[in-house]
Amino acid sequence: MPKSTKLMFAAGIVGILLTTTGYAQDKAAEKAKEPTGQDIALNNTKGNCLACHLLPGDPKAVTSANIAPPLIAMKARFPDKNKLRDQIWDATKINPMSAMPPFGKHQILTEQEIDKVTDYVYGL
Amino acid sequence: MKKLLLAVIGASLLLGAMGANATPEQDRKEVLEFYKNKFPNLKFDDYVNGALGFSADALQQYKAIMEFPPYDSEFDKGKKMWETPFKNGKKYADCGNVGKNMAGHYPYFDEKLGKVVTYEMAINSCRKANGEDEFAYSDMKTMGLLTAYSRSLSDGMKMSVKVEGAKALEAYEKGKQFFYQRRGQLSFSCGHCHMQQVGTTLRTEYLSPALGHAVHWPEFRGGDTVTTLQTRYVQCNRQVRAAPFKQGSEEYNNLEYFHSYISNGLPMQTPVFRK
Repeated sequence: MPKSTKLMFAAGIVGILLTTTGYAQDKAAEKAKEPTGQDIALNNTKGNCLACHLLPGDPKAVTSANIAPPLIAMKARFPDKNKLRDQIWDATKINPMSAMPPFGKHQILTEQEIDKVTDYVYGL
Repeated sequence: MKKLLLAVIGASLLLGAMGANATPEQDRKEVLEFYKNKFPNLKFDDYVNGALGFSADALQQYKAIMEFPPYDSEFDKGKKMWETPFKNGKKYADCGNVGKNMAGHYPYFDEKLGKVVTYEMAINSCRKANGEDEFAYSDMKTMGLLTAYSRSLSDGMKMSVKVEGAKALEAYEKGKQFFYQRRGQLSFSCGHCHMQQVGTTLRTEYLSPALGHAVHWPEFRGGDTVTTLQTRYVQCNRQVRAAPFKQGSEEYNNLEYFHSYISNGLPMQTPVFRK
């Protein structure tokens, strides 16, 4: 094998190794990626918002739910974002009859998760 | 003060118009009134169909499925168990407390035992009286299948549960309290879904009415998985992330007592297919 061919071959192998390790690293990064507010909101073991609410602004949220009001125009309905967060944290504070699970009070979600879900819902 | 007032209004709304001192019969009439107002198009007997009553399409599909029920072979196992004599040669029907047109009288309050007796408990006392081992209330392969067939012998009879005497009333009140008590991490009461929000859609499924619940158990869910009413209680409690009680526990027996009483007058219909 001429020297140049040898070199090219070696370079090719290194290249393959580099790309595969790079690929593996990408995959690992994706796995470890923090769930977004949307992920948490739609996950049926976490926020599970779509069990009770329509989310007309999010095409990923496939549901026919009508137990609770649709989550739409949230900025107009909650000019104060903190009030929206409070509502998610414990809806029975404002309405003792509310059937909405108290996501903060009962630690169904962590405080950070509630922040993320609040951001997500606020954007709907 | 405002908070207290809200809490009082809240509690009274959650109990519907059910006052703490209402008699069971007043409770039942108030439940009927509640459903009548909420669903003026449904007739009383329609409540036997549960959530199917809210969707003409779903009811039609159900009827088509029931022409050849997917649970037939399981149901036949229950029939065989019912008809097979005990070692002493006697049969369940000889006990006199279970079988044809009996299921609608359960649960009842047994003054001597001082507790609520369910149909499943009557099956076990029948077995015991005949020298057989009792079945576990959680065992759907024995108690589930056997009662699926055995209760079907009461199809068409009206639910006729009685609450008579102070102790019976106490057990009934405990069951009612259980029904309206929030529980679990998700903090739902039975009443949240099956009274307050009844008829709305949970993701894609209608929430079924408490009225009529008790007349059609056991169900075959998902085609052929037999499920008793109290096994469904276990599942419901798990769904709201509460530690469930055991099938046959006093808590569930009392709940079933209240739950059945409010369906008095509806025809029994067992078994049924549910998704």
